[in-house]
Amino acid sequence: MYEIVEKSEIFNVHKIVIKAPAIASAVKAGQFVIIMASEYSERIPVTVSDWDVEAGNITLYILEVGISTLELARMKVGDSLFAVTGPLGVPSEIKDYGTVVLGGGCYGIGGIYPIAKACKEAGNKVISIIEARYKDMFYHEKELMEVSDKLLYATSDGSKGKKGKVEDVVCEMLEQGEKIDQAFFMGCTQMLERCSEATRPNGIPTKVALNSIMLDGTGMCGACRVSVGGEIKFACVDGPEFDGHEVNWNELHNRKAAYAEQEAEIYQSYSHECMAEKKLKQELERG
Amino acid sequence: MSLTAKERMAIKRNKMDEQPPDLRNRNFEEVPYGYTPEEAVAEAQRCLNCKKKTCVSGCPVEVPIPEFITLIAEKEFAEAARVIKTKNVLPAVCGRVCPQESQCEGECIRGKKDITQAVAIGNLERFVADYERENNLVELPKIRKKNGFKVAVIGSGPSGLTVAGDLIKLGYEVTIYEAFHRGGGVLVYGIPEFRLPKKIVQAEIKGLEDLGVKIFYNSVIGRLHKIDELFNDLGFDAVYIGVGAGLPIFLDIPGMNLNGVFSANEYLTRSNLMKSYLFPKYRTPMIIGKKVAVLGGGNVAMDSARTAIRLGAEKSTIVYRRSMEQMPARAAEVHHAKEEKIEFNLLSNPVEIYGNDDGWATAMKCQNYELGEPDESGRQRPVAIENSFFEFDCDQVLVSIGGQANPLITKTTPDMKTNKWGYIVTDDWGRTSKQFVYAGGDIVTGAATVISAMGAGRRAAKAIHEDLTKEGNETTGDDGK
Repeated sequence: MYEIVEKSEIFNVHKIVIKAPAIASAVKAGQFVIIMASEYSERIPVTVSDWDVEAGNITLYILEVGISTLELARMKVGDSLFAVTGPLGVPSEIKDYGTVVLGGGCYGIGGIYPIAKACKEAGNKVISIIEARYKDMFYHEKELMEVSDKLLYATSDGSKGKKGKVEDVVCEMLEQGEKIDQAFFMGCTQMLERCSEATRPNGIPTKVALNSIMLDGTGMCGACRVSVGGEIKFACVDGPEFDGHEVNWNELHNRKAAYAEQEAEIYQSYSHECMAEKKLKQELERG
Repeated sequence: MSLTAKERMAIKRNKMDEQPPDLRNRNFEEVPYGYTPEEAVAEAQRCLNCKKKTCVSGCPVEVPIPEFITLIAEKEFAEAARVIKTKNVLPAVCGRVCPQESQCEGECIRGKKDITQAVAIGNLERFVADYERENNLVELPKIRKKNGFKVAVIGSGPSGLTVAGDLIKLGYEVTIYEAFHRGGGVLVYGIPEFRLPKKIVQAEIKGLEDLGVKIFYNSVIGRLHKIDELFNDLGFDAVYIGVGAGLPIFLDIPGMNLNGVFSANEYLTRSNLMKSYLFPKYRTPMIIGKKVAVLGGGNVAMDSARTAIRLGAEKSTIVYRRSMEQMPARAAEVHHAKEEKIEFNLLSNPVEIYGNDDGWATAMKCQNYELGEPDESGRQRPVAIENSFFEFDCDQVLVSIGGQANPLITKTTPDMKTNKWGYIVTDDWGRTSKQFVYAGGDIVTGAATVISAMGAGRRAAKAIHEDLTKEGNETTGDDGK
């Protein structure tokens, strides 16, 4: 079950293709899965970036940021994940909006792909904007290009596309008088907030895929709760997409950082442990 | 050697030995050690074997209580367990978690004057179930020839396990879909190890698998497959929905989303299912509160308060709107909580949780309450006392004030009737408004007990059997091959 059939890495973003036929048949754009590397792992939510119903595979992009993602990053083709649960969350609302802008950063570069694809199929003009620190850090570009009318780039160092971030490209488009009927953003919480602020003055309908801390993913625990328009919503069953102009960002930033201390502690201890093991192995090999 | 009624009456209730409070409040091992065979026999001899079996009518699944107790007195322990299992498939669980004082023991003639002197039916049930399991005396029940019908059971909690167990024995092909990576539902994510060791639940699930029940984990029905797909694409002839209670309720007061404020569900799931009490071996982190406030007065609140103490809290306080007598928690849990120095702020209700600049909870403001006129249920209604407030420090708040119906299945099954709270509407036998779809447990009744969920499962299994084997019903399955 849940065997890894393909794996690659682009600057700390790990592409993992997993055998999960039932999920591949059921998943829709905007949904996610909760995965566990081993029975000791955390349950972590990951957006499904692509799927192949015939082959029975799903594609995930995972940014290595802590112990759980590190454990996943170290798995190899042929290894099996302990658990893959999904699809979870409400699928993206896909219809003919007119012109749709999709912005992605980090794992969101892959994450916006199925939404872009579905929007394109629904007859929209699709403009995808992706951001990274440096030009070689982009991935899944060919696929995105195929489903986008325009693919725009933003890099921190200006090595490709606009120097800056997704919201800078959005602002530029708006200044040039480009009409945007609907925006979707996926990436880190800071990016989601900045992009929402960029579309707010023009009142562009904006959906953001929130990535709050989750446990069960079925609405049972409330760990992922967020305030949207002053109401408590559960990102796992009411979301993950919400109106970016209604999200209480400060609260979300705080809640996302709740376990920073424990995460740092375990990450360091784990890396240290494994470095020692690695050294020992090298020594032994040398004889 | 048979005792006279007078001799039986002279025996005082046998206490079960347990870990002393100052030892157990630092570990997650089970609190009571269980009866020795000698204690069990002595306790069994207290039963008067009444003609009118009031204890049986106090039991939601009508376990033949005097019969199994008589067998214990005769030292036929494994046989006693088998007698219980004719009515209750999870005796090791129910012996530990049933509210006996308001069910069987509450009706026991020996407890009429003093409930603490009722025959310890729960302890005896637990004893024989453990005895049978630990001595490998569990016999696989006879299974009827496969009848070709396929039934899907959604959720592997107490009601789902009961339905699965009953139907597999009747010759059905049974598949359980469980959302989590482990089976047992609330028995695993909700009830802590110190109250219900998980190896007991695992043994029960393995028992079902040995009988041929298939379990698909990580399978969230409503998302992975809709109910109609279970019938049309996967060939099931009937579906039982036992998905349990649902979404936790949070209070509509300032500070509910501060860091350090958890639903009891989340807190207990982290600790129990994800085993964060064994962090970092298990990777799921847990915030260890120093001063913990638990909102609510049920079993889940007690479990949360007692888990907090075990995880290292200096102080763990129950905040409850009503008085001690009105607490819905099992008497044994309240008693154990008090022994473990859990504090009780009764007749008080939070109005605000204060936080620091980083968004972490620091203190709580509560309003004092008094008891007023009885409400429809006969319980005295708590009434807020005007301008009477107090504050206390707490860096962790565990909200255990109940839940609302989980919408994952009901929203994706619009042709199945729900009530105004979103719970599934059924007849007395668990039949929903949708043909060949049955439901039971918390998703029908709202939060209730393990035993009532099992009772619902048993009734639904009967209904499924009756409906599917009615003349003219043909299997759509593969003849059970």
